[in-house]
Amino acid sequence: MVVQALKDQGVDTVFGYPGGAVLPIYDEIFQQNDIRHILVRHEQGAVHAAEGYARSTGKVGVALVTSGPGATNAVTGLTDALLDSIPILVLTGQVPTFMIGSDAFQEADTVGITRPCTKHNWLAKDTDTLAETLHQAFHVAQSGRPGPVLVDIPKDVQFANGTYTEPKKADTTIYQPQTKGDIEAINELVEAIAVAERPVFYTGGGVINSGPQASKLLRELVEATGIPITSTLMGLGAYPASGENWLGMLGMHGLYEANMAMHDCDLMINIGARFDDRITGLISAFSPGSKKAHIDIDPSSINKVIKADIPIVGDVTSVLTDLLKVFKAQGKRTNKAAIAKWQAQIADWRKVECLKYVQEGKTIKPQYALERLEALTKEHDRYITTEVGQHQMWAAQYLGFEDPNRWMTSGGLGTMGYGFPASIGVQMAHPDSLVINVAGEASWLMNMQEMGTAVQFRLPVKQFILNNERLGMVRQWQELLHGERYSHSWSEALPDFVKLAEAFGAKGILCSDPDDLDDAIMEMINYDGPVIFDCLVEKHENCFPMIPSGKPHNEMLLGEANTQGVIQAGGAVMV
Amino acid sequence: MSALKIKKGSTSHSAYNLRPTFSDEPETHTLAVLVDNEPGVLARVIGLFAGRGYNIESLTVAEVDHTGHMSRITVVTTGTPQVIEQIKAQLGRIVSVHAVHDLTVEGASVERELALFKVAGAGEKRVEALRLADIFRANAVDSTLESFIFELTGAPEKIDAFADLMRPLGLIEVARTGVAALSRGAE
Ligand SMILES: Cc1ncc(C[n+]2csc(CCOP(=O)(O)OP(=O)(O)O)c2C)c(N)n1
Ligand SMILES: [Mg+2]
Repeated sequence: MVVQALKDQGVDTVFGYPGGAVLPIYDEIFQQNDIRHILVRHEQGAVHAAEGYARSTGKVGVALVTSGPGATNAVTGLTDALLDSIPILVLTGQVPTFMIGSDAFQEADTVGITRPCTKHNWLAKDTDTLAETLHQAFHVAQSGRPGPVLVDIPKDVQFANGTYTEPKKADTTIYQPQTKGDIEAINELVEAIAVAERPVFYTGGGVINSGPQASKLLRELVEATGIPITSTLMGLGAYPASGENWLGMLGMHGLYEANMAMHDCDLMINIGARFDDRITGLISAFSPGSKKAHIDIDPSSINKVIKADIPIVGDVTSVLTDLLKVFKAQGKRTNKAAIAKWQAQIADWRKVECLKYVQEGKTIKPQYALERLEALTKEHDRYITTEVGQHQMWAAQYLGFEDPNRWMTSGGLGTMGYGFPASIGVQMAHPDSLVINVAGEASWLMNMQEMGTAVQFRLPVKQFILNNERLGMVRQWQELLHGERYSHSWSEALPDFVKLAEAFGAKGILCSDPDDLDDAIMEMINYDGPVIFDCLVEKHENCFPMIPSGKPHNEMLLGEANTQGVIQAGGAVMV
Repeated sequence: MSALKIKKGSTSHSAYNLRPTFSDEPETHTLAVLVDNEPGVLARVIGLFAGRGYNIESLTVAEVDHTGHMSRITVVTTGTPQVIEQIKAQLGRIVSVHAVHDLTVEGASVERELALFKVAGAGEKRVEALRLADIFRANAVDSTLESFIFELTGAPEKIDAFADLMRPLGLIEVARTGVAALSRGAE
């Protein structure tokens, strides 16, 4: 029944780990060949892999885990997917209905535990409605603002026979979010674009989630208006990094020109982003002089943090289609002279070269490693995942994304240990592509057990570890905020990554000399199989630019100077 | 590389604090939330309030449509206008929620609450309690030689007022149902 429902939903891959409470489903899986099951080494890995699969395909990713510890191990992945709006379905086994509530072996209140970290969840108590529930779960996961859903299936419900409901017959009226934007608000936005002198597009993960068409429309809109565009971490790739109006990423570690443009603009057009605190910095000083339009499919995102002057609730694809229609019908009006001046101002900000760094001596700078990785891989059919930390921010800054769905990173939750399993999910979906996880050594160790998965399923994922032997991002904050008292931010007793790779039957590459870097990267790319690339980098490099917590956009830190005590009491309480 | 000048001494606010941008006064609103009557739905609604730090002043819930499996949750909450707007939007996001009505802003409405008061005492106080109960049209639904239980229905303010009066007269215990509310008129 479960497998049939998955097949009918077009699922070809399930990431999972068996246990007593899901054995009937595993038995079904054993007896068919349409759905591939990828045996992970930890349930957290299964969920992140499903996320990677989902993010890189736009389809719903599926994970299957057992009751109790299997379900609790899935919680981090669910929360991650909730915060980044990734559509996944997690199926959990449960003790039989007649034992629920008795503290049975491997019983956990899975629906209770996961209620706040799913978009919706179900306890399937009846085999006759199980199929419909599963179809509804797919519907909820991918409609409106996408997110994780969970169906908890007691073992007796798995064993019993029941009537199957086809996807078409399932009742999806239970959830029908608004997708079409209010046309009056769209007209108002077109009017605002016509007169704006310093407009900027601020785009986010919502553009990616809306599907490839949304990115196409966005590109068309940017070219037609000549308005500069920046994006959140989650939205990279919706507009190409090589595009002439591209400002680079904004936010805490965003580019100088992007943050300055956000601060000084007179019209901010937010498309599918949510004014996260990594973006706004000090709220009371956030882009003080601008009119703000906010396009979002989730009404609760609007006016949550920043008051929108032109709120538009709707799906990005639908709203941009209407917006372009009206914009063209009204003669594509923009204030060209003013925008040219605005672009000149931006060009001045660019001259600051906020990403400049110096590569000298025999130590590899992490920025250099990423620049070389970019140069040597950008022509490839490439997908990038990351872990969380400095390396993640550097990857966002130094790698260029030309297309949507090519960049998988844990933004909202900031989950160390996300990148490796996510790369496995991506590689499953794109077997012939080059999939690289840009990692920090500490993050990578959090889910290193998945080397077993990569080797078993011959997934040639490349683990590009920027090894600074530090919890670099923590160390940076301690330098800036805690008087250089580096409390527990070393990576002690690190494994020999090359030997570790070999122990798993994979390839390990060690590189510590800038002169060897290109050859080593080429060796990694050309190796047909999983690789752990241990790139020893400068240990004390800080990630700049940086807007310290509690500061406005125009008070950005650019270089190594002036980093002492920059975060003051008010900002210190924030993360 | 030159570092940009940092202005020292500027006061910082938490990014999680909405006050700097929305400095409005808190308001009390009565929300009617129509939900599927299914296991866990109340936990979803309450969990939302707890998880996001919203206030619940009063909450009532009961099935109102047996065939349609619908329950009505009436929740009285306080917050700035932006927080109230957030609460409504967040409630609307819950898959099991069908509709959210803000009875405080959607035209006139009727709010009622039922309460039981146990008052113990003798002599003059006992007589006074009875007299006041009569003025408030509260019914005595239980009586012993030392005590009464009064039943009172009315707007929450009326219940509050009665409780204040009973306190010096020997009020021992109060049970309140919380607010039930409907908008006025045919709609
Ligand atoms: C699961 C989890 N635990 C703790 C943190 C806090 N944290 C953020 S970055 C970081 C250090 C990451 O170190 P590493 O992976 O080596 O990356 P680097 O910053 O050195 O590039 C830590 C501990 C987190 N984000 N996730
Ligand atoms: Mg590190």
